Amino acid sequence: MKKVGKWLALITVSLFTLTAVSSAMAADTIKVGVAGAHSGDLASYGLPTVNAAKLVVKKINASGGVLGKQVELLTEDDVCKPEVAGNTATKLVSDGAIVVIGHICSGATKSALGIYKNANIITISPSATSPDLTLSGEYPNFFRTIAHDAVQAQVQAKYAVETLKIKTVAILHDKGDYGKGQAELAQKYFTEAGVKVVLFEGVTPGAVDYSAIVTKVKSKKPELIIWGGYHPEASKIVTLMRKKKMNTIFMGGDGIKDDTFIKVAGEFAEGVYATGPRDISQNPLAIQAKKEHQDAYGSDPGAFYDNAYSATLAILNAIQKAGSTDYAAVVKALQTEDVETPLGKIKFDAKGDATGIGFSVYKIEKGAFAEQK
Amino acid sequence: MDFEYFTQLFFGGLTRGSIYALIALGYTMVYGIIELINFAHGEIYMIGAFTGLIISSVLTMMGMPTLAVIILAGMAAIIYSCAYGYTMEKIAYKPLRNAPRLSALISAIGMSLFLQNYVLLAQTSDFLPFPSLVPEFKFWEPYSHILTTPELMILSTTVFVMILLTFLIKFTKIGKAMRATSQDKIMASLLGINVDQVISATFVVGSATAAIGGILIASHIGQINFYMGFIAGIKAFVAAVLGGIGSIPGAVLGSFVLGWTESFFTGYISSDYEDVFAFIFLVVILIFRPSGILGRSQTQKV
Repeated sequence: MKKVGKWLALITVSLFTLTAVSSAMAADTIKVGVAGAHSGDLASYGLPTVNAAKLVVKKINASGGVLGKQVELLTEDDVCKPEVAGNTATKLVSDGAIVVIGHICSGATKSALGIYKNANIITISPSATSPDLTLSGEYPNFFRTIAHDAVQAQVQAKYAVETLKIKTVAILHDKGDYGKGQAELAQKYFTEAGVKVVLFEGVTPGAVDYSAIVTKVKSKKPELIIWGGYHPEASKIVTLMRKKKMNTIFMGGDGIKDDTFIKVAGEFAEGVYATGPRDISQNPLAIQAKKEHQDAYGSDPGAFYDNAYSATLAILNAIQKAGSTDYAAVVKALQTEDVETPLGKIKFDAKGDATGIGFSVYKIEKGAFAEQK
Repeated sequence: MDFEYFTQLFFGGLTRGSIYALIALGYTMVYGIIELINFAHGEIYMIGAFTGLIISSVLTMMGMPTLAVIILAGMAAIIYSCAYGYTMEKIAYKPLRNAPRLSALISAIGMSLFLQNYVLLAQTSDFLPFPSLVPEFKFWEPYSHILTTPELMILSTTVFVMILLTFLIKFTKIGKAMRATSQDKIMASLLGINVDQVISATFVVGSATAAIGGILIASHIGQINFYMGFIAGIKAFVAAVLGGIGSIPGAVLGSFVLGWTESFFTGYISSDYEDVFAFIFLVVILIFRPSGILGRSQTQKV
């Protein structure tokens, strides 16, 4: 019995030593989580962020890292699903992430944020545009390098009224957090601008056929259709509309400002409007970021790449300026220190939105998004 | 609202119902013979659409005329889907024929997940554009605002397939064997019917109709991805249950009823609650007719 006790004591001690060693090793790097849709339907929104983070981190590590430590990326997939994102967040927290870049989709971001908040982890999203995430004030640990949807809806309403001279509008959405939020904001700002909303309805994502809703929109005879949601349903609806000889103008948000939309809807995508982040292709840092991507991956970067690149730069810069990974110090640095990014010179306001970032209206012409002045 | 609006919704529902019907047939035939709900059936529909896309892109690149592309791509999709259906039965269901029914059901769900992920990995997770294979017919132009040519194509193909299937079941030897097997499997085998062969044939026929549905809807909607079979499969299953699972005319009727319900509800009330309403309708029907609209009423454990 005595012998067994000794062995047990030995094992326990060795276990403690092992843990001590592994936590000492962990302290050698600064762990940055990257969470978002890395597979599934919406992978094309999430993967560019991973590439951006990798490129920035590679460059920073080559020039000595942050606070003298190397930066290590932990990538976790949330498939853009709120029910998965909670697990993704828990995994990142337990793996020791200090800050998280992500998530990509608003719904997933929202369900992950509470977990990060409790763990005092700063989260910076390149693409989650649901206004509540910052405006509600519920998540002081949340920042983003993209303008929220209310800005988009304002831009849409202004362009529709002043340039397109629209009097009536039909608003459709996909019932999701992002899509419905966008649609409700559009309804608010279009009504304020004096445009009559003739129809406001949600459609079921992934349904076999959208003929019925297209027929219904047609019977209401709107001059413009505003879509709140992502590109797969938008391309189905546009395709069906054009096949049914409906030429009503179609406008969506950044959820459809994706080259996949043009690829899938093909000729039917011509003339569709989409709002998206302002064209920054003339910014030297953006040109450089794009070139880095082309050199490393041999292709053009995808959606939210510049936002993710800027988010990574901003957060690492803040840690460096703060002089530690302390939560309060990093938050303060994010709000006070300007940083040069591909999106321009940015810092963050008290709610967590980046200042100096805006939206433009794009029109699809000859298979590409052309910015409308 | 006006009559034209009603007709448009009517035909919209009919088109949607036709697609459900083409898939529901597979569910109902398989259930009728081995009392298995083949959850992987929606995936066969998706594989049909994928094969159709691959073959039609290759043929279009080779410069084949449209009609040849439709026919050849359709044939290839049918053959491929049938092969998958046949193999699926041999691998996942035949070894479980005498096992408890729950085992076969779990096997079916596994097969469905396997096929989805197989296509996701072997093909792509992206949405792919599907060419509109059906040309715009000149003579149909005046009516195309009510019913587009692809919709007309879907309707007429469905009717044609139904007639063919009725003929197959009523007047051919294999059809007779199918009916016999569905009535009493043991008695049928005692009378010299090769039950295994009949079951295989059922899977092949069901897969063929699903493949036709897959190509038609993909060409109508203009895009496909690996996940398209799931919701379509669930809806078709609902349609089959609504009409009375195991009954072929029931599956067709159930599909049309479901298609119309969804279409009219969207048109006259709101598409927000389209699915909610469709399923409430299902519950109401099942309360009054537990075995479906045309189902044989019988007491048995499910």
